Amino acid sequence: MSGVTSAELPWNPRRAERGWLARLLDSKPFLIAICLFPAVGLLLTFLTYPLGLGIWLAFTDTHIGRGGVFVGFENFESLWYDRVFWSAVFYTVFYTAVATVLKFGLGLWLALLLNEKVPFKSLIRAIILMPWIVPTVLSAITFWWIYDAQFSIISYVLVDVLGWKDSYIDFLGTPWHARWSLIAANVWRGIPFVAISLLAGLQTISPSLYEAALLDGASPWQRFTKITFPLLLPILAVVLTFSVLFTFTDFQLVYAITRGGPINSTHLMATLAFQRGIPGGQLGEGAAIAVSMIPFLLFATLFSYFALARRKWQQGGSDE
Amino acid sequence: MASVEIRGVRKSFGGTPILHGIDLDIADGEFCVLVGPSGCGKSTLLRMLAGLENITGGEISIGGRVVNTVPPKDRDIAMVFQNYALYPHMTVRENMAFSLRLAKAPAAVIEAETGRASRILGLDALMDRYPRQLSGGQRQRVAMGRAIVRHPQVFLFDEPLSNLDAKLRVQMRGEIKDLHQRLRTTTVYVTHDQIEAMTMADKIVVMQGGRVEQIGTPLELYDRPANLFVAGFIGSPAMNLLRGQVSDGAFRPEGLDGAGPIALPLPGSAPVGRAAEGQPVIYGIRPEHLRLSDTGIPVTVQLVEPTGAETMVTARMGDSTLVGAFRERVSARVGDTLHLQPEPSVAHLFNRETGMRLMT
Repeated sequence: MSGVTSAELPWNPRRAERGWLARLLDSKPFLIAICLFPAVGLLLTFLTYPLGLGIWLAFTDTHIGRGGVFVGFENFESLWYDRVFWSAVFYTVFYTAVATVLKFGLGLWLALLLNEKVPFKSLIRAIILMPWIVPTVLSAITFWWIYDAQFSIISYVLVDVLGWKDSYIDFLGTPWHARWSLIAANVWRGIPFVAISLLAGLQTISPSLYEAALLDGASPWQRFTKITFPLLLPILAVVLTFSVLFTFTDFQLVYAITRGGPINSTHLMATLAFQRGIPGGQLGEGAAIAVSMIPFLLFATLFSYFALARRKWQQGGSDE
Repeated sequence: MASVEIRGVRKSFGGTPILHGIDLDIADGEFCVLVGPSGCGKSTLLRMLAGLENITGGEISIGGRVVNTVPPKDRDIAMVFQNYALYPHMTVRENMAFSLRLAKAPAAVIEAETGRASRILGLDALMDRYPRQLSGGQRQRVAMGRAIVRHPQVFLFDEPLSNLDAKLRVQMRGEIKDLHQRLRTTTVYVTHDQIEAMTMADKIVVMQGGRVEQIGTPLELYDRPANLFVAGFIGSPAMNLLRGQVSDGAFRPEGLDGAGPIALPLPGSAPVGRAAEGQPVIYGIRPEHLRLSDTGIPVTVQLVEPTGAETMVTARMGDSTLVGAFRERVSARVGDTLHLQPEPSVAHLFNRETGMRLMT
């Protein structure tokens, strides 16, 4: 120790006079306002304004090229008696329910597989992400070819290679074929999101819990039902909410493959809203269809928020 | 309850050998502590005992039954994990009842067993809490409760106290030992903390680099370390180890750097000293076996650390450092010269080449 004392240090800190800018930047309310401004500005411009405009349009009889006037619930009244609208509501709910169940079943299964020790894990993970990365319209076009009445590879394999069927399948020509075909395409596209999200959830579960369960005598199935599933439930709920919202509001796949046909059987609420509003020119009615989706989405969000998201065991105390 | 026999057990991960043939007998009801630095293979050995790792070679038997291929749940063991591994979505009661419920035990049995465990561990008031709502020590107790309800033949503990703060660690150490004394279940306990090993064990197994260095009771290891590693590992502060030679029936340290010729009396019986005549050796003396005297080795004080009960003095002797622990108050200051006198009867002599102890 060389015995340095403070008296030998020439540096003498002096409090500098601060300018108005320095004082302004030290003011908390000002800082909060200035930091929030870009985010709030973007949200207002690109989210709140279009949403507000959409809701307003739903209560007007606006056409493209002609400003409308407020007509109250007239648009909704006419939708109430519109069979195409109700068919779209039915198909949207059906499409969302069936596709979500399939996506979660297969996605969870894939995530569990990937959570095991498999060779080439990262390569497989990359391949699984592919459907999610490819632009939707591109994959829609691919599916369009797969489902083509004349050139379908599925028909080719079934009829010409395997000889299991006598005639080519008209995937997109009849209502129910078209409906199931679109659901298959949506499931194919949605699985990666579910699988990768659930895989991330699985990896947060401590391996020692499985070892403890192993010593406690749990079978593989019991380890899944008693450990994995309950611990995955919070993440499952969040992923489920997002998946339901994405599927319910789906537009691209359906519009690119069938445009709602045949005979409007595959219209989702989103495609019907677009069809009526833009090509059909009836902005007010299109907006009314879009606004009709809000209660469904609100219900789905609230359901998962209250029923699934936060479990009692997650509350209280801090983690470790 | 059961004895555990480990015969020539080896373990490799990929091509890398981790354990090189471990032999160990643990008697029925014994508290055996595996201790060693990180990476010595003690946890791996425990996990092999539990059935969480495959056995590459050798044989493990519990209660006379070879368990090499027996699945973990059928080995009749219970394990307490380092991070407790409590099921976060289950209450304390459900955590403890889990294994019984999987075994389809009747509700009355589950009730009785969890009740008994909670009484033993003082968890009655916490039975309906979730792990998140518990403190570290409480979680530790729940983990033990989960082990107790199964009436296992062997308890396995994998560094159970390392996540606790110092004070709680001492308390839980006492609780675990007390639990063992009440239940008398054979226990295998892994730790890297030699104080835990010393205070809790009936038998300590010191491991290093996948080998057993020495097996013995705590005091055997302390009084008669078989080699330099054990000598340095057991005891805190660590044993002083001085390099030097034996000549004319006395130990003469090297590297004194002008401190003058010093001869330390040889430990133990004279014949051993004669056999070591002229050999390069290492002389070991524990800090508490150094006495302050007027005639001993002159040393220069570097650091004085009073703990209240005793005072630790770190001092230089030539180019080596000596640590002494004294019950009496030491008034020396940094830079002072002290004279230290080792107690020859409790000194140790090791072969410098092999590191092995040089006397019976």
